[in-house]
Amino acid sequence: MIKAILVFNNHGKPRLSKFYQYFAEDMQQQIIKETFQLVSKRDDNVCNFLEGGSLIGGSDYKLIYRHYATLYFVFCVDSSESELGILDLIQVFVETLDKCFENVCELDLIFHVDKVHFILNELVMGGMVLETNMNEILTRIEDQNKLEKQEAGISAAPARAVSAVKNMNIPQQIKDIKLPDLPQAIKDLKF
Amino acid sequence: MALKKVKGNIERMFDKNLTDLVRGIRNNKENEAKYISQCMEDIKQELRQDNLAVKSNAIAKLTYLQMLGYDISWAGFNIIEVMSSNKFTLKRIGYLAASQSFHCDSELLMLTTNMIRKELNSQNQYEAGLALTSLSCYISTDLARDLSNDILTLLSSTKPYIRKKAVLMMYKVFLKYPEALRPAFPRLKEKLEDPDPGVQSAAVNVVCELARKNPKNYLSLAPVFFKLMTTSTNNWMLIKIIKLFGALTPLEPRLGKKLIEPLTNLIHSTSAMSLLYECINTVIAVLISISSGMPNHAASIQLCVQKLRILIEDSDQNLKYLGLLAMSKILKTHPKSVQAHKDLILQCMEDKDESIRLRALDLLYGMVSKKNLMEIVKKLMVHMDKAEGTVYRDELLSKIILICSQNNYQFITNFEWYITVLVELAQMEFGSKQGHVIGSQLMDVCIRVQAIRSFAVTEMGQLLEVYTSTSQFTIMQEVLYAAAWLTGEFASELESPENTLRSMLKYKSLPQHIESVFIHNIVKLFAHIMEKHEAAGNYDAILELSDSIACKMNESIKSGELEVQERASTALIIIDIVKEEIAAKNSSKLMDDIEDPLTSQPEELVASEILSLFKGELNPVAPKAQKKVPVPDGLDLDAWINEPIQSESDSDSEPDNTENLFVKSEKLDYGNKYQYEPTEEDIKKNREARKSEQQNNPNYLKGSLDSEQSSNGHDNVETISVAELNLDLPPLRVLGEKRSDKYLNLHKDKTKDKKKNKKKKKHRKSESSSDENLDVAAVVEVKQVMELPEGATLSDSDSDHHRLDDPHRALDIDLDLPPISEVLAKKPPETVDRPQKEKKKSKKKENKGKEKKPEKHKSEKRKKAKVENLLELDKGADGEPKAENKTKKPKKDKKKSKEKGAKSKTKNSTSGYEEALGISTPTKEIYPS
Repeated sequence: MIKAILVFNNHGKPRLSKFYQYFAEDMQQQIIKETFQLVSKRDDNVCNFLEGGSLIGGSDYKLIYRHYATLYFVFCVDSSESELGILDLIQVFVETLDKCFENVCELDLIFHVDKVHFILNELVMGGMVLETNMNEILTRIEDQNKLEKQEAGISAAPARAVSAVKNMNIPQQIKDIKLPDLPQAIKDLKF
Repeated sequence: MALKKVKGNIERMFDKNLTDLVRGIRNNKENEAKYISQCMEDIKQELRQDNLAVKSNAIAKLTYLQMLGYDISWAGFNIIEVMSSNKFTLKRIGYLAASQSFHCDSELLMLTTNMIRKELNSQNQYEAGLALTSLSCYISTDLARDLSNDILTLLSSTKPYIRKKAVLMMYKVFLKYPEALRPAFPRLKEKLEDPDPGVQSAAVNVVCELARKNPKNYLSLAPVFFKLMTTSTNNWMLIKIIKLFGALTPLEPRLGKKLIEPLTNLIHSTSAMSLLYECINTVIAVLISISSGMPNHAASIQLCVQKLRILIEDSDQNLKYLGLLAMSKILKTHPKSVQAHKDLILQCMEDKDESIRLRALDLLYGMVSKKNLMEIVKKLMVHMDKAEGTVYRDELLSKIILICSQNNYQFITNFEWYITVLVELAQMEFGSKQGHVIGSQLMDVCIRVQAIRSFAVTEMGQLLEVYTSTSQFTIMQEVLYAAAWLTGEFASELESPENTLRSMLKYKSLPQHIESVFIHNIVKLFAHIMEKHEAAGNYDAILELSDSIACKMNESIKSGELEVQERASTALIIIDIVKEEIAAKNSSKLMDDIEDPLTSQPEELVASEILSLFKGELNPVAPKAQKKVPVPDGLDLDAWINEPIQSESDSDSEPDNTENLFVKSEKLDYGNKYQYEPTEEDIKKNREARKSEQQNNPNYLKGSLDSEQSSNGHDNVETISVAELNLDLPPLRVLGEKRSDKYLNLHKDKTKDKKKNKKKKKHRKSESSSDENLDVAAVVEVKQVMELPEGATLSDSDSDHHRLDDPHRALDIDLDLPPISEVLAKKPPETVDRPQKEKKKSKKKENKGKEKKPEKHKSEKRKKAKVENLLELDKGADGEPKAENKTKKPKKDKKKSKEKGAKSKTKNSTSGYEEALGISTPTKEIYPS
């Protein structure tokens, strides 16, 4: 069983967290923090297994991770999973992300965390490995994307337009425009 | 309506979506918390609107914030609203949020039951899949119960995508609602042979998870798995199956024998490292389960070790790590084959990766021999110097001590060397707990190995000197504890006790338990030195020494710690007495010189009196020896002897050496004895008060109660009336002595011929060897008893407790039994395809109670038969069940005749069993077409 899947960057900022066992939010943050501390101090040329942290799991659990450029992908698994198998699974996950986002980078994960979740859901379900065949995974994701587009149809056109415009960051700019504090401005006006 | 929609969309234009939120957080790094709380307000606003699209946007943002650690449980109801949308896009957002934030105790889940059921039955496979995926994260007992039938139906969906997810979902259902397992199991078993490889793999996955916790119930599936293993090419599935076999083989060694061949074939043929590794692991498990060595097993071990060597030699650190991990499993049963690769393991000790070094350290334990011990320890010491980080250092230290002390210091040929190593270790920096380890090890060696005492004590004396003379040296204080104690106890072995005493007197700011040991042992040392001086008539030296001690004691008496104060004042009074006596002697000596020298002869030495305070041989006591003391007949430990006395606290409380390895039975009372002479009455009163307090104190074990008596009573035997009780206790003392004698003798022998270790020969030669052996046998026996004191089934209750927490406990269901009727009563319509069975079940329900007994027996028998079957894997399954039935019938009849009260209904039901037997064998049997 997989107990948790965490993705965070070189500074420990979470980019994806998926717990297959319930933890309260603050506990989740502590786990992420601890895991980051454990993983980040390791060189890149050492092995990818870590005997579990203190917060998550226990003696039966291992942290298996891979480090890609700016991101750490960490799986916390128990002894029923094969260590090398999980390493492969992480590879499959990352390759799938790469296919879906076309040259995935950290920004994709930052802005599309929901999509990353949907992709992950095609690989792992409830802590158990669902599918490892990348083509199959990609087909499923593709199908669901189509479904989404279909649904959006014409009615969503304005929304899409809006989001396109938004992506130009106008609303943010509008919101960020700092109008001078009017009363103050008035006071400042000296006749 | 349309207008409203458009309006909603236009409003949305200026709502922040997820991207805006992320961007905003990135732009507000300085006051992130403030920005997010502002966003939370916006989100709450959005959630108040009617438009589901707006809501879903808000929920999507909340999901992101949840990842950052914000509690979003307050929005649970809104999440459900979004989940209920009929648009896939929105629904997906809702279900994602649910899977991230819901948990199985949430009351909100009640609201979702029907919604999820609708979703599961949806025409669109992705909607059903979505619901399944999400549900798997927060399924509760109620949901599992209510939806188990719906999910079961999905197992026969036409879409493999759904089947796959439903199979995995079933595992979660079982965990929450174990009753579902039995009726669902046949269906699950079918899925092992599903045409779709994904579904097959999922089913294997689920069965593996189930079998991992309760392997014995799944032995019957071995033939199916065996077939899969030999036919499948899906490595993922193979790994799971092979892992499962690893769990099954300990229960059925014959299965293991069957497995060896295909597994070795796989090892030879596969190119996938992950598969290779799992194969090796399972072969190891098989070989462990088959205890007797068959000729070709040596070959399999050899193959495994060879392959592991390849893994360890690989440049990939992961393979190296796993190789070492697997090696340590082999080490337990076949140490010789691993020892052949010592070079490799020692090489791994040099690896730059700490995890690998740690794994190699584990293996070192099995690598040492008398010849190479020193060499290996030397290497480890070098590592210790280089190592960064206390974790690794601590690990190294404990491994050094473990390696050296294993099997009663079996591999140590030169104890002087070992003491030196320990002293060196003591001067390195470690975590806080390590000093204690070294200290107790020093004491252990010195007490048990008599021959080394003089050397060790000299070393300790030097250590103390170093500690007091230079401040730069960092010696662990816990080691000083051992050093002080050893020099005091074995003062006669010291070369220059006076020097040691002087350096001990220079102690400063020690932790209290160490300081008190210092004080106490200063007195011991002093007594020893005094003896010499007194014999020589050198009274001035004694007086001078006692002055300097008194001076130091006057400092310590001001200590804030009671223990130190007490010891210091005791020491002071002793010194005072000595001074008086010596002064008297001194003056009389002067007189004697003038008068007749003969009169001074009969006079007693003061030193011998003081020394008698510390007399007595010191023996190690087995950790549980005190528990072993039998309660004498007629002694009721729970009864009051007198009514409890409240005011008197136990002034001479439990001896402080409860933590120590060695209990000195002769010396327990020294602390107070010299401060005041308690009358018999007082002692009695104290004892009773103490006893009553102990009885009322839940933290006191019963065992310690009588042990306390035995140890305390011992030196008061002559003076106190209660002493009679102690007459019944001698077993403890005899026991303890025997044990220690044995240790000491053993070690004497060992150390005598330490240069050429021919221990065995010597044993054979020496006359005492037979006695010793007897002793050894006796002690071993005692040890066993000690480890399991009557009624103290600690370990048992522990495991029970553990199992209570484990959801898998409830899943320990014998799947070969027919499903329980109650479950069947709730069964969905699809059970219609086996109406016959159901009828029988409902009949059985009435007799359920009566049948319990035969049920058990039968299941066992069935299991046996099955196991036999599974070994003939290649045969067609058709013939099997019949044969099985045949063999069983007569036995069953017997049982029936035994059960006289059984009515005709029982007969019916047994025939039901008869048919149900088929469940374990091919599925055709269960489903009469």
